[in-house]
Amino acid sequence: MIHIDLTDQPIAVADALRSVEADGAGAINTFIGTVRNRSTGRAVVRLEYEAYDSMALHQLRKVAEQAVAQWPMLQKVTVIHRKGTLHIGDVAVVVAVSTPHRAESFAACQYIIDTLKQVVTIWKKEFYEDGDVWVAAHP
Amino acid sequence: MRLNIALFGVAREIVGQPSLEIETTAGQSARGLLAELHTRYPALAALSSLAVAVNNEYAADDTPLHERDEIALIPPVSGG
Repeated sequence: MIHIDLTDQPIAVADALRSVEADGAGAINTFIGTVRNRSTGRAVVRLEYEAYDSMALHQLRKVAEQAVAQWPMLQKVTVIHRKGTLHIGDVAVVVAVSTPHRAESFAACQYIIDTLKQVVTIWKKEFYEDGDVWVAAHP
Repeated sequence: MRLNIALFGVAREIVGQPSLEIETTAGQSARGLLAELHTRYPALAALSSLAVAVNNEYAADDTPLHERDEIALIPPVSGG
């Protein structure tokens, strides 16, 4: 019912969506995070995601479990995050949830991606033509 | 006691290696460890935030550390 993964391979989005199909679900909601070509006004060339794997997997599972506790009607939850080198347009993260009705699917999906960004031990380094920056590292 | 601390992201770059061994007083707290590391690596104090993780959980300031714990420094995360 909860599927979590952290991978250095391209994320198979269609497989992720299929993984939350359920007979009791009238709604499947997804968030797909992709690599944007600009950040704070600078042209991004590529990204590198670094993870503290064991803690990231543990925290991802906790976030999914918190969502299930808050929306007990959740049928299935899949969260897959990419690590390693990514280029413009690549899929960095997929969150997919299924619920009987649509309202809870939107809310649960947003909760999971918002909380993931706050607690999951993954770090993004942006590379530009003329340098690189660890995102959010400094005030 | 001797602690082995895993480092990631900007913290790994500041220290210049993926892990760090430090000798500290028995029962040292997460807060105390950070204070020691700030003295040794002042650039760590300039980060937006720096947390200590113990056995894959965020540690409270007063969490006591033990030699066998899996300890890591957690600079501001930026996944998603």
